[in-house]
Amino acid sequence: MELDRRIERAADGAIVLRFRAEERALLREVCEELEELLTERPADPALRRLFPPAYDDEQDERAYRDLMGDELMNGRRRALETLAGTVDAERLTAEEAEAWLRALNDLRLAIGTRAEVEEDTLLEGIRPDDPHALDLELYAYLSWLQEQLVEALSAG
Amino acid sequence: MSSTLAPAEVEVRQPEGADEIERDRPWIVIVWNDPINLMSYVTLVFQKLFGYSRAEATKLMLQVHNDGKAAVSAGTREKAEHDVSRLHAHGLWATMRQD
Repeated sequence: MELDRRIERAADGAIVLRFRAEERALLREVCEELEELLTERPADPALRRLFPPAYDDEQDERAYRDLMGDELMNGRRRALETLAGTVDAERLTAEEAEAWLRALNDLRLAIGTRAEVEEDTLLEGIRPDDPHALDLELYAYLSWLQEQLVEALSAG
Repeated sequence: MSSTLAPAEVEVRQPEGADEIERDRPWIVIVWNDPINLMSYVTLVFQKLFGYSRAEATKLMLQVHNDGKAAVSAGTREKAEHDVSRLHAHGLWATMRQD
């Protein structure tokens, strides 16, 4: 993996993107995959970290889902669409950067859950015979991007 | 005369204002540790959602990381639910309970 930063803060405060063509294609693809999963299989175990319960009480929790479920789901879809739709841009507006922040995190939550990431999972030297090797590589890449975006946004 | 022993009707009275006290007990929003959310991201979300300074947000994030959880906000049920939903929108593992 090349170590040049892909996401930076410009002197004027704008968030600047520097992706290669194959990275843009990859990011579009993973966004589409997650959107499809959210739409077609919202109960998939890989999505459980995206929808944690608010209440211990079952009835309260059902009421919370009824009230907030659609808004949370639609917010996630919109953020993924924004990321996929602006991956060719050179700069992001503040609103787009916020969508990127949430979408990158949702991608990490879903892919990390599928790859059974735990507190002590090592992302350096992923073994090729690890059944989750591809997901772990992708997870490491997305984490690297998210660190850059968080850093760029925190500098403001 | 009936031999049935009917219980005397006793009106059980709540102390004045007990309902209000029950309703007014604040709700606490708790964020739990998880292996995926980045420490820097959690700090940024705390700053953004609750207006904490960088130092305060970092302290709370470290509490989540080291102790497994931290209370990040408190208030009425409506406010707590609003805060939980914003944390959920950002992918944090947040729950709420009455104090």
